[in-house]
Amino acid sequence: MIAFLQNIGRTSLAFLAAIGRIALFTAAAIRWTFVPPFYLRQLGRQIVDIGYFSLPVVGLTTLFSGMVLALQSYTGFARFSAEDTVATVVVLSVTRELGPVLAGLMVAGRIGASMAAEIGTMRVTDQIDALDTLSTRPMQYLVAPRIVAGTICLPFLVLVGDLIGVFGGYLVGVYRLGFNPSVYLSRTLEFLEFSDVTLGLIKAAVFGFLIALMGCYHGYHSGRGAEGVGRATTNAVVSSSILILIANYLVTALFFG
Amino acid sequence: MSSKAKTSASTVTTPKIVMSGVTKSFGDKQVLRGIDIEVAAEESLAIIGTSGCGKSVTLKCLLGLLRADGGSIKVDGKEMIHAGRHQLEAMRRRFGMTFQFGALFDSLPIWENVTFRLRQQQAMTRQQARDLAAETITQLGLAAHVIDQYPAELSGGMQKRVALARAIADKPEILLFDEPTSGLDPITGGVIDRLILDSVRRLGATALTISHDMASVRRIADKVAMVHNGVIIWCGPAAEMDDTGIPEVHQFVHGLADGPLTLAAQAEARGD
Repeated sequence: MIAFLQNIGRTSLAFLAAIGRIALFTAAAIRWTFVPPFYLRQLGRQIVDIGYFSLPVVGLTTLFSGMVLALQSYTGFARFSAEDTVATVVVLSVTRELGPVLAGLMVAGRIGASMAAEIGTMRVTDQIDALDTLSTRPMQYLVAPRIVAGTICLPFLVLVGDLIGVFGGYLVGVYRLGFNPSVYLSRTLEFLEFSDVTLGLIKAAVFGFLIALMGCYHGYHSGRGAEGVGRATTNAVVSSSILILIANYLVTALFFG
Repeated sequence: MSSKAKTSASTVTTPKIVMSGVTKSFGDKQVLRGIDIEVAAEESLAIIGTSGCGKSVTLKCLLGLLRADGGSIKVDGKEMIHAGRHQLEAMRRRFGMTFQFGALFDSLPIWENVTFRLRQQQAMTRQQARDLAAETITQLGLAAHVIDQYPAELSGGMQKRVALARAIADKPEILLFDEPTSGLDPITGGVIDRLILDSVRRLGATALTISHDMASVRRIADKVAMVHNGVIIWCGPAAEMDDTGIPEVHQFVHGLADGPLTLAAQAEARGD
């Protein structure tokens, strides 16, 4: 019984310690983002890596999601003769929900893992200590540019993803379900409000911040050896994915109504 | 220092680095139990000891990469153990360090690795940085065209030389070498030792080297300190390390399988 309680106590303390470490890391990351020197070349490299090289994966994901959504919503709405709402459902679902969440999850897999692996490898090969000895703060050089790039790039990725997702729905609606193209387009725009798009973009910025933060945090605290880096990579993807889903609800609830 | 320890009379004057009673623990495990080291200006000290005995931790505490729990660390008489961030950063600018596996930045070409600190600290054109990098690596026996290659394209020996070039590029007062010859063949190791000696002499620098390679230690060190169980058990001139009368030092220096330093004892000391 005592051993059982000890286990609970140890787990709780370890959990609280991890929360504390993440909070301190987050505070340091935010602080060093606003303190010069600013490593603009690092920032540019991260923007290209996150923003440009993630476009294909985000584009494909949202394209097929928009196409599936059109088919599925048509199937459902046809049962109560509301097929003409397909375009509206597709555009609202994609902009408010599917675009940011799917793009966030795909980028978490691609970029969160890559950040954790890169920084984790730098940790285990002493490159982070080398930065310190070369009078460069690792938080400023490694973490701050990634966090800024993640926060900036995700909204742009989601915007492009929204357009592609809606286009996917249009392709299915017009060429598979036989909607008139101009009617489908007018239905797409008819009930779409500016706030639908901005909500998705706000979510995307939050997701981008969380993905970069988790990638950097787990890489920065990576254990020794290949196993440590592997675990850091897995933890970065899992934790950022979970945080994306939690933040998705919180941001939606905040702007609900 | 333990009761077994003895320190030979120093022939040098003002100490550049003084570590006294430095302790460091990780959780329940006390790695450093009171390290005492004194290095004079322009002196070369080698720290030897079995794996996991605390050599690298000692170096990291000196640089402030790890915060020592207690004791005193003075550089040129200035206490560093409770130094703030800015003071530590200013102090680190006086150090150059090479790491065991080079720790070159994979994503940067060699010329950017070599001039990394200089470019952070002063306005320098790309061409000036490339010229300086080429000059520095050619002094270390590498071809100038290597500056455009990336670390992964170089052999282990070349990476060690680039790491040395990065450490000496802005002419630091104190050079730290962590296992400079590990993983190298004896000839390349000898070349690295000679380059270290030349660089230290040319800069008039104070040097601290961690090494398991006794041939290397004999070549580059004026003075040797042996760490065992988190304390210095012997410190004296390199020429005297064969005749210390301390069984642990004798066993380590001569690479003997039998003696007080058993693998089981090392594992226990590391907490394995």
